[in-house]
Amino acid sequence: MSDKLVFRFDVQGDDFTSAGQASVQVKKNLRQLGFDTEVIKRVSIAMYEGEINMVIHAGGGTAEVSVTEKYIEIILEDKGPGIEDIEKAMQAGYSTAPDSIRSLGFGAGMGLPNMKKNSDSMEIESKLGEGTRIVMKVNI
Amino acid sequence: MTVESLAEEFGFKVLTMPSPEREICGAYIGDLLSWVMGKAESDNLWITIMSNLNIVAVATLADVSSVLLCEGVLLDDEVLALAESKGVNVLATDYSAYEVAKIISGAV
Ligand SMILES: Nc1ncnc2c1ncn2[C@@H]1O[C@H](COP(=O)(O)OP(=O)(O)OP(=O)(O)O)[C@@H](O)[C@H]1O
Ligand SMILES: [Mg+2]
Repeated sequence: MSDKLVFRFDVQGDDFTSAGQASVQVKKNLRQLGFDTEVIKRVSIAMYEGEINMVIHAGGGTAEVSVTEKYIEIILEDKGPGIEDIEKAMQAGYSTAPDSIRSLGFGAGMGLPNMKKNSDSMEIESKLGEGTRIVMKVNI
Repeated sequence: MTVESLAEEFGFKVLTMPSPEREICGAYIGDLLSWVMGKAESDNLWITIMSNLNIVAVATLADVSSVLLCEGVLLDDEVLALAESKGVNVLATDYSAYEVAKIISGAV
């Protein structure tokens, strides 16, 4: 684990002008590292959805992407309101996004299901009033 | 078919075309960004009426070959500049998504 490659990003909350920027940067980095397009696409989707959720639902947070020999690990951490019922939030179509955000094309309630589908493992820890930590791994 | 030839053959307006040689393979129609992220395949033509800034990141990450704005929707200068700088092709047409699908079917 000592020689793994790590990228770190601060994700600004409620800033839609640069939303998705960290994910776009990670895609670029993985491309330069010569990863398979399918792996890049899965990481891109999983990370984008997590990044956008931090922007919309949590007032921002941090993203850390590590490249190891076997997998790419994405850790998303925020100090937002937390998720009350994770099982419910994971359901396709469930969303608490306000109308102003829906008009931008968000709020389909498909973000967390997309993250689950595009990662090989996904763990969510969340505490109301404290924040959320999501760890996803995409096998190489 | 390349993005450039598609635009030419069907008379779509070119709003920005930084990567004219990209090949189009299939299409996806949708406006809800998470559906597009989850369902659009690499090299698809993404047909939509969504035109805000966020379509640029989605087009990049979903790896579509071009965005095609239908129903006469256009882009703000800010979005246009961002798309251009990120290498995202954006075409436009007055046709509806259904009409576009009808005319391009078989070509992509
Ligand atoms: N980081 C987070 N902090 C707090 N709540 C969250 C967070 N991520 C997700 N949620 C909650 O889980 C719900 C479902 O998330 P999901 O990403 O699936 O859908 P969405 O963000 O509402 O819409 P979409 O992702 O389709 O644009 C959200 O509406 C929100 O209530
Ligand atoms: Mg979401």
